[in-house]
Amino acid sequence: MIEDTLTEEMVESGLSDTVKLSRRTFVQMVGTGLLITVGEGVSLGQRRRSRGGRPITVAARIHINKDGTISVMTGKVEEGQGSRAQLSQAAAEELRVGVDRIRLVMSDTALVPDDGITAGSRTTPSTVPAVRQGAATARELLTRLAARQWNVNPATLVVRDGNIRNKATGKTVTYADLADLTDVDDAFKQGVSSDVALTPVDQWKTMGTAVARPNSRDIVIGSHRYPSDVVRPNMLYGKILRAPSFGATLESVDLSKARAMKDVVVVRDDQFVGCAAPSTFAADRALKAIAETASWKTVPQVSSREVHAHLERNARRGGRASTRGSVDEGLSDAKKVLSETYEVAYVQHTPMEPRAAVAEWKDGHLTVWTGVDGPQRVQGDLARAFEIPSERVRVIVPDMGGGFGGKHTGEAAEEAARLSREFGRPVAVHWTRAEEFTWAYYRPAAVIECKGGLDDKGSLVAWDFTSINPGGAAIDTPYNISNTRILSAGSDSPLRQGAYRCLGATANNFARESFMDELAAAAGADPLDFRLAHLENPRIRTVLEAAARHFDWPKRKKQTTADVGVGLACGTEKNSVVAACARVRIDRRRGRIRVEHVCEAFECGPIQNPGNLLSQVQGCITMGLGPALREELRFENGRILNAGFAGYLVPRFKDLPKFDIHLINKTDIPSAGAGETPIIAIAPAIANAVFDATGIRVRSMPMENALRERLSVRQV
Amino acid sequence: MDARITLIVDGQERTVATDPERPLLEVLREDLQVMGPKYGCGEGRCGACTVLMDGKRTLSCITPVAAADNKKITTIEGLADGDDLHPVQQAFLDEGAIQCGYCTPGMILSAVALLRENPQPTDEEITEWMNGNICRCNGYAKILSAVRRAANMMREVKRS
Repeated sequence: MIEDTLTEEMVESGLSDTVKLSRRTFVQMVGTGLLITVGEGVSLGQRRRSRGGRPITVAARIHINKDGTISVMTGKVEEGQGSRAQLSQAAAEELRVGVDRIRLVMSDTALVPDDGITAGSRTTPSTVPAVRQGAATARELLTRLAARQWNVNPATLVVRDGNIRNKATGKTVTYADLADLTDVDDAFKQGVSSDVALTPVDQWKTMGTAVARPNSRDIVIGSHRYPSDVVRPNMLYGKILRAPSFGATLESVDLSKARAMKDVVVVRDDQFVGCAAPSTFAADRALKAIAETASWKTVPQVSSREVHAHLERNARRGGRASTRGSVDEGLSDAKKVLSETYEVAYVQHTPMEPRAAVAEWKDGHLTVWTGVDGPQRVQGDLARAFEIPSERVRVIVPDMGGGFGGKHTGEAAEEAARLSREFGRPVAVHWTRAEEFTWAYYRPAAVIECKGGLDDKGSLVAWDFTSINPGGAAIDTPYNISNTRILSAGSDSPLRQGAYRCLGATANNFARESFMDELAAAAGADPLDFRLAHLENPRIRTVLEAAARHFDWPKRKKQTTADVGVGLACGTEKNSVVAACARVRIDRRRGRIRVEHVCEAFECGPIQNPGNLLSQVQGCITMGLGPALREELRFENGRILNAGFAGYLVPRFKDLPKFDIHLINKTDIPSAGAGETPIIAIAPAIANAVFDATGIRVRSMPMENALRERLSVRQV
Repeated sequence: MDARITLIVDGQERTVATDPERPLLEVLREDLQVMGPKYGCGEGRCGACTVLMDGKRTLSCITPVAAADNKKITTIEGLADGDDLHPVQQAFLDEGAIQCGYCTPGMILSAVALLRENPQPTDEEITEWMNGNICRCNGYAKILSAVRRAANMMREVKRS
């Protein structure tokens, strides 16, 4: 089963409790002397909404600092997707200050409210509005305090650049001065108002602009501390004994040799064996000595060669399909029926920074610095693991080195905490790349069975789509078809699988958009015309037409040769829409596909940060090239055979296509997240371009392997 | 047996007693607390650990510390001249060529090494040279722009 399908309620649910924190501690953490609104024992790490459905207090979200800056608290994590800039902009906009005045305090369970796990493109639709509401409520409260000071009607006051001004008298007061003069602490005990007016898009000053990531400079000078850079006094480096294959159990192990090593400490607790030393080198040597003596009981495991047959055999087809009309009648009445199966391999996120954590115990309290998407979730997990109340667990997530849906779980945090408790010293656990490849989780493999029927006019009249194992993201067809049956079927995954950038949407979109191309060819229609003829959704039509226009689709389509082809695809997921046109060049001798040019149009409502949005779209397309062309986990007897960048081929500079990206700013709907959906159109656009050039349908991702098989090129 | 090894890290002489086989990356990070160079793969295939050794691009995760004895090591932390950023650092800021930023130190040092050897590289030469550095946010397009911009900035400085 998919461990984390990122359903709405999953994303929204938090397990956090309040953390009581003294003013002194808080000041130490955020910067001495900066805070004025935190009183003794104020609860900071609060739920977004408490159990009674009451909103969090303004104090939990906003602090006015004496130096004129404003601290804004959020449980969201920065991992390269741009939340730090975006949430800073959101607060600045509603507080009517420049974004440089905002100090965003992120993902520290002792300091921030629970905004839910950073996943599912939810920061934009959920957390940005929550931060804006908090900031707007704070601005109104401050305005009211000023009005009371001056004994005037708040409606007569104007707020600009952090100054509240009385137009009649010309008097102004800054937020910081006001906080000195009045009891802001008391005012900020109020709940955040959910119906406070937010700034309309056409009046945005900070939102909508290309604000750079606020700590960019720290990154280019190497001073930012990632989770794997955290060092505590007296800290040891820990290593965990890993099974040689999935499902293997430890039968016996001799720890004496490792225990005899200088400065090495070792622990065994049933299946858990770990060691620690003052350096990674020494810990590695101890681990090697331990591993050499370990005897394991292994169990049979499915291999990657047979994985698709296995998933198909174990598909749970009894689930409730979503249907329209009668697909059986539609297919039997059709003039032409096509039936094809598509496959997708297991792939991994491989963020540049593998899992890392430092854990430290003090007086029964646990503090962990780690790279995870859900600090509050991991806080709860750790509390359960160590059977302590969650208010005794503090999880801090420094801006981390990538995630892409791959860091929902806190394995390294728990391992470090176990070793630290055992050894009575802070312990760092840094996973190696091979550990990340083997013991983190994977994007699910997929088998997708498609049947489609065309009538005598070449119109699509029946659509039968069974998607086995990847999950239901983007499974519905956006095309207007009178008879449909669409089923997401679970199966028995031999690998540990979980979230990934847009998760199953890539697999489902690959199958649907490839199959649409096959149907268009069967109907003798142009792939663009065929799609538009069945497409009502105006947002998808807009991006599809934009991509085709900028790509010069009709002209490019005519320039097809035996080695150069063009393809297109579109789709929608997480309330944003995307279309891509791709031109590929085929190297038949080596069985390689070079993606030369990608023209993509994307729309996610009002654009909040065009610079970051462009990074996300470029990143999605380029990342999507990997699983489309070459990325694939190979495994046998419970071992990953390519657990390194030598055998697992992620995109590099040489794979970068020429980009032509069009970001459409649609201002009459709410903004949707944009870090995921731009990935879903590239794979099918490539598959369709390969067909355009070669006449070969590659129905399996990664496509270069499939193409080599079809061209009888020896596998490399 | 531990050996005494002297490293000149970002202009400072640092001596450590350590196993000579330990990777330079680990000694920088764990013994000297120079955290700029990152671990990404441990086998020299991603470039996150890139430093300059006597000015030459070096993958510190597969370089035994003994090989760095008495060598000048430049890390990302020593690239700027006080508050004045190196043009490559400035170009990464100007182009917004940073997503998670974990690959950035290695990318910047690779680019610095490239521009020393080849001050006016073509796009093909940049791509060829930088191909050993992986960015999993896949921000290659903006990184490429940043390297181009840095080359232009350095050329203009030279001219003036």
